[in-house]
Amino acid sequence: MTTTSVAPPTTPAIAAVTAEDPRETPGAARGRRSWWGLAFASPHVIGLAVFTLVPIVASMVISLNNWPLLGDKQFIGFDNYSKLLGDPIFRTALLNTLLFTVLYIPLNLIVSLGLAAWLTPKIRNRHVFRVLFFIPTVTPIVANVVVWRMLYQPGGAIDASVQTLFGFHAPNFLASTSWAMIAVVMMSVWQGFGYNMLIFSAALDSVPENLVEAAELDGAGAWRTFWSVKFPMISPSVFFATMMTLITSFQVFIQPFILTKGGPGSSTLTLVQFIYNQGFQYQQLGLASAGAWVLFIIILGVTAVQFIGQKKWVHYE
Amino acid sequence: MSSGTIGRVRPAPKRVVHRATRDRVRSGIGYAILCLIALAFISPLIYMVATSLKPASETFTTPPTLWGSELRWQNYVEAFTYLPFARFLINGILVAAAGTIINMAVSVLSGYAFSRLRWRGRNTVFILFLATLMIPQDVLVIPMYVMMQGFGWVDTFQALIIPWAFTALGAFLLRQFFLTVPQELDDAARVDGAGTIRTFFFVMLPLARPTLAVLAVFSFISYWNSFLWPLIVVNDVNAHGTIPLGLQQFFGQQGSQWNLVMAASVISMIPTVALLIVLQRHLVKGIVTSGLGGR
Repeated sequence: MTTTSVAPPTTPAIAAVTAEDPRETPGAARGRRSWWGLAFASPHVIGLAVFTLVPIVASMVISLNNWPLLGDKQFIGFDNYSKLLGDPIFRTALLNTLLFTVLYIPLNLIVSLGLAAWLTPKIRNRHVFRVLFFIPTVTPIVANVVVWRMLYQPGGAIDASVQTLFGFHAPNFLASTSWAMIAVVMMSVWQGFGYNMLIFSAALDSVPENLVEAAELDGAGAWRTFWSVKFPMISPSVFFATMMTLITSFQVFIQPFILTKGGPGSSTLTLVQFIYNQGFQYQQLGLASAGAWVLFIIILGVTAVQFIGQKKWVHYE
Repeated sequence: MSSGTIGRVRPAPKRVVHRATRDRVRSGIGYAILCLIALAFISPLIYMVATSLKPASETFTTPPTLWGSELRWQNYVEAFTYLPFARFLINGILVAAAGTIINMAVSVLSGYAFSRLRWRGRNTVFILFLATLMIPQDVLVIPMYVMMQGFGWVDTFQALIIPWAFTALGAFLLRQFFLTVPQELDDAARVDGAGTIRTFFFVMLPLARPTLAVLAVFSFISYWNSFLWPLIVVNDVNAHGTIPLGLQQFFGQQGSQWNLVMAASVISMIPTVALLIVLQRHLVKGIVTSGLGGR
């Protein structure tokens, strides 16, 4: 990118830059700056508009049409939405996604908060533990899931260990309607909690030492100190992390897609897999978009509820 | 308690000694438990590496064993020859690198505009940027696919690269960084006769390098691991497949050859784990300041 292509030298922008002290003429300064600011921001703004704003609007339009992958489209209003709400498979996918979230969020938060509290700066080689717990969050999820697929397999590491230790077979996790979702959740917690642990750990580090010491002098134990002093101090981080984790958890896809293909039956079919199936297996982009919008509205709703609820437990300084 | 001081040591009150010993024992036990948890946590990956080196007939044994009768490096060769795994690696690197470069370029410019340049509508646009971070990818993929059909980009590299090169995370990260740069630097540059462009390229850009490195790693990892979009937009996996897609296909065809599947998984993990270990300090900082990372 050359300087001349950004601004021809004859524009007032350049004239204003050469003015001796722009702060003395605030009106001129603002005019000058508005030009540069837009110029600098425009590649990103245009890119984001084309590849995010246009699709989000288009998604709404597509959801109001009978829109096959190939072939003619036809406007049908809200028919896709009413079709979805009457579809038992969609309801199953919705319930499964909610079940996943209800199991995943508390487990993720307990594990990440617990380990973050444990890994105080006093722990030797703390950074090694931090990196270790963070590894599965950066490795390809597909690879993580494939590894767990082998662990869960009958005759796999878990089954073989149970047989050796206790003399009976472990359940066939991925083929059992009662175990499959639990297996998906456990795998997801394993691979996902590292992010939150890191965020909580950094937040805990910034809690002023004197507050903790004061609490200890007052005779508060470690448990009490954590919940009465440290937790309120890190509550903004916990709020933010919970919100982001909720958003990602509603979008769970790869784990069930590769572990179980949504099965057995449709016991681990999630919303995103439903959307994928509708769009690219049955080639109904309209119906798939309607499903995506239902997901989006749920996410927005849950986020809004969280924002309203935060006043009760989140303390900003 | 070293031997050199032994003559001067006064016998400590018994209770204090007890408490000190008890505390040390307790923290020792705690540390041992922590190590066990860490070991259990990482054991799936250890098992993955171990299985990738076993002969096929020994991948499932009861009782489970860590090592087979031989270390079979041949598995890695076979992983590369059975499917065009080298192609997937090259594609993955190409797509991730190109996307990352575009993302860094637009983000450093917009991050600068959002922090140190004043222009009408700046805050509104920035809030819109932040809002896009909340939009789930799944809402975008279907219209994005229709758009790719319109561009004639289905099953191309640009379809893998361009649509996700403009995510707002980078603008946010760099804005946070530029806000910390003291105003005196701009003023000094201006006194020296530098305009906005020169100030940006010769003063600000060099300062932003560490933040750009963090963004580069986030961006690279998220491209490298991306699965849903390649699954949708790539038809010819052998030509345009990236690592996760190739791995999924490999798994579909070699589902019974677990040693080969594990070798392929190990290969897919090497680049990002290497980045994590080398750049851990920067990454931790980036995740903490943005709270986002490559989610």
